[in-house]
Amino acid sequence: MENREVQLSDIVKGVAASFDSSFPANWWSNVLEHLSGRKIFYVLLALSGLIVFAAAMAGLDALNIGHRVAYGVTREIPWGLLIATYIFFVVTSTGLCIVSSIGHVFGLESFMPIAKRSVFLAIVTILAGFSVIFFEIENPFRMAIYNVISPNLSSNIWWMGTLYGAYLVFMIIEYAFLLIGNHRFAMYAGLMGLIAGISAHSNLGAIFGALHARPFWYGPFMPIYFIASAMMSGAAAIIFFTYLGYKLNGEMLDAPMERALEVVGKVAALMISILLFFEIWKVITGLDGGPSEVATMKAILAGPYAINFLGFEITIGMVIPFILFLRSRFRNIGMMFAASMLMLVGIFMMRYDIVVVGQIVPSYYELGVNEYSHLMVYHPSFHEIMITAGGMGIAAMTFLLGERVFRGHKSEIH
Amino acid sequence: MMPNGIDLDGLKKGGASPSGVERREFLKIGLAITGVFAGGTVFSLASNVGRALASPDEVYKKYPYKPHYSMVIRQNRCIDCERCKQACKATNHVPDYGYRTTILEKDVPGAIGQKREFIPVLCNQCNNPPCVRACPTGASYKDKTTGIVLIEDKKCIGCKTCMLACPYNARYFDDEKRSVDKCNFCFDTRLSKGEKLTACAAICPAHARVFGDLSERGGEVYQLVHQIVTPVWVLRPSVGTKPNVFYTKG
Repeated sequence: MENREVQLSDIVKGVAASFDSSFPANWWSNVLEHLSGRKIFYVLLALSGLIVFAAAMAGLDALNIGHRVAYGVTREIPWGLLIATYIFFVVTSTGLCIVSSIGHVFGLESFMPIAKRSVFLAIVTILAGFSVIFFEIENPFRMAIYNVISPNLSSNIWWMGTLYGAYLVFMIIEYAFLLIGNHRFAMYAGLMGLIAGISAHSNLGAIFGALHARPFWYGPFMPIYFIASAMMSGAAAIIFFTYLGYKLNGEMLDAPMERALEVVGKVAALMISILLFFEIWKVITGLDGGPSEVATMKAILAGPYAINFLGFEITIGMVIPFILFLRSRFRNIGMMFAASMLMLVGIFMMRYDIVVVGQIVPSYYELGVNEYSHLMVYHPSFHEIMITAGGMGIAAMTFLLGERVFRGHKSEIH
Repeated sequence: MMPNGIDLDGLKKGGASPSGVERREFLKIGLAITGVFAGGTVFSLASNVGRALASPDEVYKKYPYKPHYSMVIRQNRCIDCERCKQACKATNHVPDYGYRTTILEKDVPGAIGQKREFIPVLCNQCNNPPCVRACPTGASYKDKTTGIVLIEDKKCIGCKTCMLACPYNARYFDDEKRSVDKCNFCFDTRLSKGEKLTACAAICPAHARVFGDLSERGGEVYQLVHQIVTPVWVLRPSVGTKPNVFYTKG
């Protein structure tokens, strides 16, 4: 036992040391330096535009041939990669709204410099999410009609959709006020956006949490977990996009912005530790649950989803970024950028896991029938992957354009 | 301590050896605890039918719907001939990639004699339907007269939350209707046209599917459910859906 501990700590030291030698030394800084300049901007813009175009083609093709043929989802696993991607985007949007509101709504000075870019990105990411869900919903045009004229007030998905609609409107109003420099009204719109966003997001969690038929999701855990993980996503996105924005504009971070990223980095590290705590207890209680929960836990710990969960979600998405944050002392921005990038990768996988793993145990698993004695399988299809890439492309393209059009989201709030 | 006339303390210390009478009394304690003593049925009826309706009292007094359509599946009678599936598809224009009802197989290798049983499943027309709560537009709704869970196709946005909410895997998306589809006890195709039975119940050669009004005293469904001799159960009672599809053997 003791030997094992020694080995583990050696490994951690080794990993940390290898980061130490490469940060901030040559190769990583070199990679980052290449991001500056006009050329790379247009290359990235063209690339993301191309992806969006290809994705739009794939999406239209999916509409044409039908989701049943185009997508990998089934009767047993009706929600797949596209729902996960939608959640990834709206969680990030809500997180951007929550974390940035600490400054421009609640007045904490050190958060102020990130406000404009964060609000802009919150709009960008939710629009990317809506674009993806447009291709996921079978009848998106009916949705626009019947969500309005035939609402079911006991449905979480109705509340989620409606509140996210309101959220988008408030965020756009807020950004408009920020642009014209009316900070009082921007604050009010931001507060309304925050309330709508948090309500929408907890309803998104409750869509899963209120499904009694699905033991892995059922309970108050999901809405709470969604809000906490939104803050984690938001903090990661702020560091990632702010740093990228400055690099693309070929500018150095000024002192207030460095200070802002330092506190956002601390929020990110704090949220990682909270989320790890959530995950640990989810797993421990799950292992003590009924046969369905135990089967789910086995799938993520030692089964088909172990690489996703332990590898991507926990190690790449949380443990390594946490070590990087601590080693960066929240000052080495390059290292924090790397941490936030890994977090975004891990968080994407986290969304995929929470959606898909909740469905792999079939409804009749505990009945002991031959048809449903094993876990269900889902593989994303080409169309689903393309539309997901398209969502990323939309986010990337609008982010890039935003940096140019709004000149690096300057003009600070005081 | 001598419950039921057994010297348990003496037996525990190993001093006394149990008499034949004591053995029998001891077994009775076990049977009483497991509910088998009362034929296993007091437990089953109180817990399962009680769960299916709003409260155990309501089993005999009050029914939320009139006619309160229900189906009793006599599980051991099913021979997996699948005529119910064919009749359902033909009657309700169910596409090849979907089904409204199916038959599950359960193997019990250690059993004496018959080692496989068949379990027909369909929409349970729950009194507390999670699909109806989850639907954003009210496309899925509980019919106020019959208690059948119906779908208004044109309102379905295809979000598929109902498919996840359903604990019985009863729903699928129908490309032709552009809507989620599921069993509606042949409401539009048969019941509303004066037929008394669903297509599956009418065709079943083994009379494994008994369809009727749960509230109609003297009716076959009523007789099968409101008794304590043969166990009656529902699927996944812990989910709290209060199904209107009951299972029994006999």
